[in-house]
Amino acid sequence: MKKDFDNNLPIYIQIIDEIKIMIASGNLKAGDKLPSVRDMAQEFGVNPNTMQRAFSELERENLVFAERTSGRFITNDGGVIVELRNILAEKELEKFMEYMKKIGCTEDEVIEKIKNMSRSEK
Amino acid sequence: MANIVEIKNLSKSYGKKSVLKDISFTIAEGQIVGLFGPNGSGKTTLLKTMAGLLKEYSGDLKIDNENIGIHTKSVISYLPEKTYFDKNMTAKNAISIFKDFYADFNEEKARNMLIDLSLSETQKIGTMSKGMQEKLQLIMVMSRDAKLYMLDEPLGGVDPASRDYILDTIIKNYNEKSSILLSTHLIHDVERIFDKALFIKNGTIVLNEYVDIIREDKGMSIDELFREVYK
Repeated sequence: MKKDFDNNLPIYIQIIDEIKIMIASGNLKAGDKLPSVRDMAQEFGVNPNTMQRAFSELERENLVFAERTSGRFITNDGGVIVELRNILAEKELEKFMEYMKKIGCTEDEVIEKIKNMSRSEK
Repeated sequence: MANIVEIKNLSKSYGKKSVLKDISFTIAEGQIVGLFGPNGSGKTTLLKTMAGLLKEYSGDLKIDNENIGIHTKSVISYLPEKTYFDKNMTAKNAISIFKDFYADFNEEKARNMLIDLSLSETQKIGTMSKGMQEKLQLIMVMSRDAKLYMLDEPLGGVDPASRDYILDTIIKNYNEKSSILLSTHLIHDVERIFDKALFIKNGTIVLNEYVDIIREDKGMSIDELFREVYK
């Protein structure tokens, strides 16, 4: 899981993004127990305080919850996860559409291209 | 969070030359703090003063709530800039010396790290490369269960591949109750492990901030900010 961080962005935000992808993709499932702060910190190669901050933020966004004695878990609320996927997808799409517009593609063209692409991939 | 280090108005001079000027900062339990500055800015002097190796200074210097002395020396694990092992010694000798010297030395930890970094216990230190000697020394220092690790340029002669392992070793081998103060020029390679950055310039602290706040506020890496501050 160790990744190259972009040193220009806060590391805890990059960790949050990484964990969100794991949740959205189902690598981490609703109700899954998360490793301890220490273990996750080691896995990401960052210091435990940074990891703690990322967890706190994920808790605030209701994607993760903490049980006093047993640790941290991914939310049990499937709706929150669906919503997360939508948000991530929309964010990426916006970026993509912006670029396509920049190079002069119309929306219809974009849709056509995507269809062609997924056809040829099959 | 309790503070492991509390420094107020610390100044130090060598004769007429003032090297540390009115330095104040704190380090809380569990924090990893980077001490950054160009050559001659006072990094080593600051660390040596905190380690109790330089006696004359003015100001208030407390580590683990005590003035510099026997207690603070026992809770600090200090990696000096230069290697100090005798060339005829082996890693095995170094381990037994550390075991005699430091009650908090964890022999098993040291042995495991030697294996992980493929260092031989029986090779004479004099025949090791500079990088190997640095690794050995870092292993010894990190194998103590100290409250404050002070590492002066621990990565200088180490190749990039081992650098990553060493950073991981540092993260793994300190606990939430201990803190690390690490000085280096190689900011880019080590940015990911810090909570806070201290920039020192001509003996003065010119910046003391959480690294993620720097990135958030300035959209800049610590390395980039460093280049700007020391331009």
